[in-house]
Amino acid sequence: MVNNGVKIEVQGLEIWFDQIYALKPLNIQIKDKEILGVIGPANSGKTTFLRSLNRFNDLNDNFRFKGSISLDGKNIHKDIAVGELRKKVGMVFALPIPLPLSIFENVVYGPRRHGVNDKNKLEEIVERTLKEAYLWDEVKDRLQVSGMKLSGGQQQRLCLARTLAVEPDVILYDEPCSGLDPISTAKIEEAMSRFKDKYTQILVTNNTKQAARVSDRTAFFLMGDLVEIDRTDKMFTYPSDSRTNDYISGRFG
Amino acid sequence: MKHNPYRTEKIAFSLLFLATIVVLLPVILIIGIIVQKGWPAISWEFLTAMPEKGMREGGIFPAIVGTLFLVLGTLTFALPLGVMSAIFLVEYAKDNVLTRLVKLAIINLAGVPSVVYGLFGLGIFVMFLKFGASILAGSLTLAIMVLPIIITTTREALESVPQSFREVSLSLGVSKWQTIRYSVLPHALPGILTGIILAVSRAAGETAPILFTVAAFYLPKLPDSIFDQVMALPYHLYVISTQVPNVDPKVRYGTALVLLLIVLSMNFVAIVLRSKFRKKKKW
Repeated sequence: MVNNGVKIEVQGLEIWFDQIYALKPLNIQIKDKEILGVIGPANSGKTTFLRSLNRFNDLNDNFRFKGSISLDGKNIHKDIAVGELRKKVGMVFALPIPLPLSIFENVVYGPRRHGVNDKNKLEEIVERTLKEAYLWDEVKDRLQVSGMKLSGGQQQRLCLARTLAVEPDVILYDEPCSGLDPISTAKIEEAMSRFKDKYTQILVTNNTKQAARVSDRTAFFLMGDLVEIDRTDKMFTYPSDSRTNDYISGRFG
Repeated sequence: MKHNPYRTEKIAFSLLFLATIVVLLPVILIIGIIVQKGWPAISWEFLTAMPEKGMREGGIFPAIVGTLFLVLGTLTFALPLGVMSAIFLVEYAKDNVLTRLVKLAIINLAGVPSVVYGLFGLGIFVMFLKFGASILAGSLTLAIMVLPIIITTTREALESVPQSFREVSLSLGVSKWQTIRYSVLPHALPGILTGIILAVSRAAGETAPILFTVAAFYLPKLPDSIFDQVMALPYHLYVISTQVPNVDPKVRYGTALVLLLIVLSMNFVAIVLRSKFRKKKKW
């Protein structure tokens, strides 16, 4: 399935919203089971890039694009139904968004819609994904409680479990820790590190240090342009572009 | 007079308070007078018997039944049509000229005087489609009248469901329709229900739309089919108040009371539902 270890291949991707040129021609390869950190200031196009990978930009009526994105060698706009794509490419949002349902029902929301209704199977999914998201021990005795009763950090791990429940290959994180305290952040990061052998992960973050801690490679976006992409350790010690250096050393952004 | 903000404050408060009380007054008076004058007429016989002696005696049973039939018929047409078009407008329609035109049309539909609906119903349903003056023609006319209410409240209910719920559902690969079915509609349902009840109370209380399309002057029997005419409470009230001489005032007020009770109790249910919904709202 995988071509030379490449999971996602983006070729000549350009994105407009109405008249706004949000993403300039972008070529990028995302390797299988790597963690790619994506950093950059506001309006740099990093979230637009992320949302193009699960075709979430399509939700915007004014969205136009050029170029192609392929997942496992298949064009995501032509060869894969959008529902199938989003099952394979899960997303964790900036704010934790539990649905107004119990913890249990939050996790199995996806599987249920995809036709899994066997009670044992659903319980199995809940236990597995909550364990993977480091939430099981905290909630195992109160799975019927509303997901909205949990703390912010717990809610975000619940959302992570919900994403895992549809068994994705790729997980997109859109600033997943922007509203969380340091301990909750650490738990999410720990989960991400443990996922390395299972999922390809792309982390958009405002927190450059988080990218430095977690990711294998880091991409730096600025004003719709990919300025630089490299191994994280190299990027954060010897960036090849002066703008990258300015950004990660906190001179702007 | 010296400038005294404290006194100004007091005057402003008193004026605003007074205005509020004045608004309340007619409501209390209307309900008070109708209950006082109509209550003596209310009896089991009044509610369940046929009218007698040129509607001067007996009951108003056929008018109550007629109104209930009309409400039921109105909902049968307006509910699916209104809710479905609201779902389309909120969830599927792109923001373009056509959509804006449709929304404008709905707003205008809400502003049409009810007697115009009556004439329209007479022209289209009674005469052109040859339904005659019938429950069918009356229900269709009332349905068109309440459509904007149902569409508007349903749209508001759908729009009040956070966009993020839809995004979460879609991000899990769930289809758009399933997203609406499981992540939007359940949370919009109480709001939609409120709109339906408001529509029902409007349909039950209007006279003009049913005047030419269904209402019978005097028909002391129950309908056999949807092509029959029926008596209806608002029109019956009009008839015994203006068209029939020597009707005991207590019969008029009794009829008004029954109509008022039906409409008010529906509004009350709407209020209870809405407050329950607000309490249950968890986001």
